[in-house]
Amino acid sequence: MSKLVPLSQAIADHIHDGDVVYAAGFTHLIPFAAGHEIIRQGRRDLVLARATPDLIYDQMVAAGCARKVIFSYMGNPGVGSLRIVRRAIEGGTLQWEEYSHFGMITRLQAGAAGLPFLPMNQTGATDLERANPNIRRVEDPYGGKDLLAVPALQPDVAIVHVQRADANGNAHLWGILGEQKEAAFAARRVILTAEEIVDEAVIRSDPNRTVIPSMIVTAVCHVPYCCHPSYAQGYYDRDNEFYVKWDKVSESIAAVEEWLKEWVYGLRDRNDYWEKLGEATHRRLQVTPRLSLPVNYGQY
Amino acid sequence: MDYSPAELMIINAAHLLRDGDVVFVGVGQPNLACNLAKRTHAPNLVMIYEAGVIGAEPARLPLSIGDPTLVSGALSVVSMYDIFTNYLQRGNVDVGFMGGAQIDKYGNINATAIGGYAQPKVRLPGSGGSQEIAAWANRCYIMTPHQKRRFPEKVEFMTSAGAISGGRDRQLAGLRGGGILAVVTDLGILEPDQTGELVLTALHPGRTVDEAKQQTGWPLRTAEPVRTTPEPSHSEVRILREELDPAGLYVKPGA
Repeated sequence: MSKLVPLSQAIADHIHDGDVVYAAGFTHLIPFAAGHEIIRQGRRDLVLARATPDLIYDQMVAAGCARKVIFSYMGNPGVGSLRIVRRAIEGGTLQWEEYSHFGMITRLQAGAAGLPFLPMNQTGATDLERANPNIRRVEDPYGGKDLLAVPALQPDVAIVHVQRADANGNAHLWGILGEQKEAAFAARRVILTAEEIVDEAVIRSDPNRTVIPSMIVTAVCHVPYCCHPSYAQGYYDRDNEFYVKWDKVSESIAAVEEWLKEWVYGLRDRNDYWEKLGEATHRRLQVTPRLSLPVNYGQY
Repeated sequence: MDYSPAELMIINAAHLLRDGDVVFVGVGQPNLACNLAKRTHAPNLVMIYEAGVIGAEPARLPLSIGDPTLVSGALSVVSMYDIFTNYLQRGNVDVGFMGGAQIDKYGNINATAIGGYAQPKVRLPGSGGSQEIAAWANRCYIMTPHQKRRFPEKVEFMTSAGAISGGRDRQLAGLRGGGILAVVTDLGILEPDQTGELVLTALHPGRTVDEAKQQTGWPLRTAEPVRTTPEPSHSEVRILREELDPAGLYVKPGA
């Protein structure tokens, strides 16, 4: 059964004020178009969880969508500080909850597996344990050293972008996998966005590449170029220039508001956004193909 | 041979890598040190990234640890859960490169906050992968400019463990890795003694013990004798400038 809907409808139907949202993607496949649609629709009081809040949450926090962030590395990757989230934390206007990357991904893995928590080995650095009461010690029932435990994270909604999916939501993705699979299985609802909608036969031609199955997907949206300034491996490059530029823009609240007006509120959707970026940027982000060799599944 | 402080650090860090090492790479200077080692004495270095990339052979200088150039041509790409469990926690990583705003006398790192955690004066990015890398990689190294504010006697927030409070603290915490085994600065190299305290073991050509002491926030002890690091070679500097960082993002003079 087709779950294809426009992105604006998926956001309207499945993301509510106060929800815990996990917009997945570790540097790769970050669903910026969904973040912008959430801003346009004026969602409030969201709890925004991501290992790296990245520019997508910097923009959503700037637009007033969030009451809290859950993260494990709060920076502009490869550039420096994530200025808006940082200022909000330093200014005491945004709640936060913090883990290491491993703690964060372990929370999702527990949520995805239907477990209440998962253990991890100790690291000797105990200050985060003291700062975050969600990180606890548990006894090894087999007599070894005490372990650290983190509670399952089961977001209300995960937004997961992929290179290609069928209309039912069976999805192929490749390149950096990050926490896409864990976030999708952990969440109560999954909004799947895809560069391409393909026939189910394409999915069936390479079943090992199907990371997300239809059964856990709530809505499927066809959103080409969803990730800019992040990227989709093999489709378009990461816009490093934009990440550097954001460092400058986010120095001033007025400049951020101006940017949101021009690039989010002033546009209808991602098609408008991509058009507005212009041909020079399109060319700059173009990728030369590098194909993998096909594998032989055999005819049985 | 003319070289910048950054080049000096990168080249000395590269010397710490052994051929065949599996190394957890960060962006920026650690990435350059690893790629330099791979193009000189350690062609079989296996570079892995916390984004889940194993055996990367980046064709261009990656700005972030999630750059697509790390993926194309890599040996394997796995999920984040796999990289932190099967690779790091299981003990399959030889070397980790660490960064951080502050490093203390026992090699503990603060990358989280300055001026209190609950109402920080300066909020830093936080752990990322570093809490577990510092605990479980066999050997960890740090590259940082040698400045007093970066070397307090004790970090105010321990994001990642060095020798903790020294002595047998790491063993008592059950950590499998060897901890911070060297801090490469623009003045020289600090290494832990038997108690876990960082002492000055090497100076770069032309640098003095007094300079290092002045830029360290605890009474810095020195090894007997303090060795002098070799001058960077022409070919090392050339590879850095011409092949690895032609735009001079990380190696530019004075950086």
